[in-house]
Amino acid sequence: MAKRIEASNVSSYYGSFKAIDSISMTVEPKTITALIGPSGCGKSTFLRSINRMHEVLPNARIEGRLTIDEQNIYDPDVDVTAVRRLIGMVFQRPNPFPTMSIYENVVAGLKLNGVKKKSLLDDAAEQSLKSANLWNEVKDRLNRPGAGLSGGQQQRLCIARTIAVEPQVVLMDEPCSALDPISTLAIEDLMFKLKDRFTIIIVTHNMQQAARVSDKTGFFSIDKTGDPGRLIEYDDTQKIFSNPTQKKTEDYITGRFG
Amino acid sequence: MSLLDRELPGVAMTPDNIRTQKLPLVANLGVALAAVVVSAALVLGLGLGNWVLVIVLSWVLYLVGLLYAAGRVEGRRAARNRAWQSLIYSACLLAILPLASVVWTLVSKGASRLDGNFFGTSMNNIGARDANGGAYHAIIGTLEQVGIAALIAVPLGVLGAIYLVEYGRGKFAGTVRFFVDVMTGIPSIVAGLFILSFWVLIVSPWFNNGQPRFSGFAASLALSVLMLPTIVRSTEEMLRLVPGPLREGAYALGVPQWKTILKIVVPTALPGIVTGVMLAIARAAGETAPVLLVAGGAAAINFDPFTGNQSSLALYVYQQAGDASKYAPARAWTAALTLVAIVLILTIAAKMLARRNSLTR
Repeated sequence: MAKRIEASNVSSYYGSFKAIDSISMTVEPKTITALIGPSGCGKSTFLRSINRMHEVLPNARIEGRLTIDEQNIYDPDVDVTAVRRLIGMVFQRPNPFPTMSIYENVVAGLKLNGVKKKSLLDDAAEQSLKSANLWNEVKDRLNRPGAGLSGGQQQRLCIARTIAVEPQVVLMDEPCSALDPISTLAIEDLMFKLKDRFTIIIVTHNMQQAARVSDKTGFFSIDKTGDPGRLIEYDDTQKIFSNPTQKKTEDYITGRFG
Repeated sequence: MSLLDRELPGVAMTPDNIRTQKLPLVANLGVALAAVVVSAALVLGLGLGNWVLVIVLSWVLYLVGLLYAAGRVEGRRAARNRAWQSLIYSACLLAILPLASVVWTLVSKGASRLDGNFFGTSMNNIGARDANGGAYHAIIGTLEQVGIAALIAVPLGVLGAIYLVEYGRGKFAGTVRFFVDVMTGIPSIVAGLFILSFWVLIVSPWFNNGQPRFSGFAASLALSVLMLPTIVRSTEEMLRLVPGPLREGAYALGVPQWKTILKIVVPTALPGIVTGVMLAIARAAGETAPVLLVAGGAAAINFDPFTGNQSSLALYVYQQAGDASKYAPARAWTAALTLVAIVLILTIAAKMLARRNSLTR
């Protein structure tokens, strides 16, 4: 069910500021793709462009073509909510809905999209929480508030919430940056498990993480502050971390720059 | 020697000495006692005034004395800390004092007519020599007028605020926000005059064979004009406090914007919105002028807010306080107490309702 994402010449703007400049890359189904690069180089902007979250910000717009299995998601007759249902997203900081319990948080996407049948919701909640490695920790307190969990648990709750709507693609924007090593490991394990069903694109500052989890890696960079971010190199993770083609990539992953 | 030691000798603590001397509680109480004794001797001995002046003077003396003593024992920085602390506590006390005084006055003076007769009868056929007479009609009036005003203003205000926060961009939203700000400053009498000239004199004759007519509904309209800006502004502030990532989290699940607002944003902000609405309702319930202008006031019970004069508690207080009967002031106090109690009960009920929906931590 996972889908292929294809970006060709995607440029994103905040008002008149160009954040990324003609990014082209193809993400194969059922793979994990890591996006690495220094801060402010447009990784997150590119990621947010993939499920049309970029345009939520005022004056943000995008140029170029982004397709999911040959369908351009920026065509004028495309329903934004349908795109976002297809391409889920996990954010840097866990953002459980504060007025909802753990259970309600997990099924929020289904419920708010019109699923009413209790048995379906119960099943989906259990399955998603199990997939997110959270079921054993919360199964006895599903009616407690989601915001009462620890940071790592909240992030896994948000992942459960995302996969409950069964998207084709899951985007992760530095999902482990606020987590301790154990929670990080739990989420990385989870990504390996999810790879069988979803296409995953992850933005990370942690190069070991990129090397550990991803099949392909894209390196983003900027020349100087104010310039748009560019995709410098995009290749198999193995190759990027052992024998990169570009000097810049090598400098970055060996820690000589950025 | 560090910069702090050089510039502030005796204030900064050196690495070798992290302890300071503390002013003992006994000394603190001693200063207080001395302040009271000295000011009592001064004020009463010289015949300058009564016990109020003693309290004020001893308070000032206590603050000065404490500052001095702390300065000697604890050092300058600690003394300054103490001075500010006591000033802040004093200010807090001064702010609470009038409130406590109001409550005490209301309860003590309003209790005498707190009887069944007051809540069960109107002022119909009550003359200056009658000890009876109640505020039943005024309570009905207040509840109906404020209720209808809330029915008009709350949906309008909350929806308007949602527009301003979630959808409003550009010039139109800016203009709306500006006029809401201007409306906040409208005096209640102006709102009353507006409804008098627009509703009572122009619109109401259409429904009454060409005769203008006072009504409780007209008062509701005037009150809703007053409530609207308060509700819009407070709701707007509360909606802005809802973090953007929450909205994005819902969008990322494929939830449409309107549903995100309805199911995520508004519930998150609900306790704050309810507080703002209750403030507006409390303000409206206490308004006298618009009710006097467009509902006219009445002595008899009138359940129909659309036909005929109505009174309200605030108006009743105003009329009874100016009445030339020796029984009227007691009625005014009890009515004032009733009004405060109604607002209090409504506020508590609304808060509990809003809390019931959100989860207990």
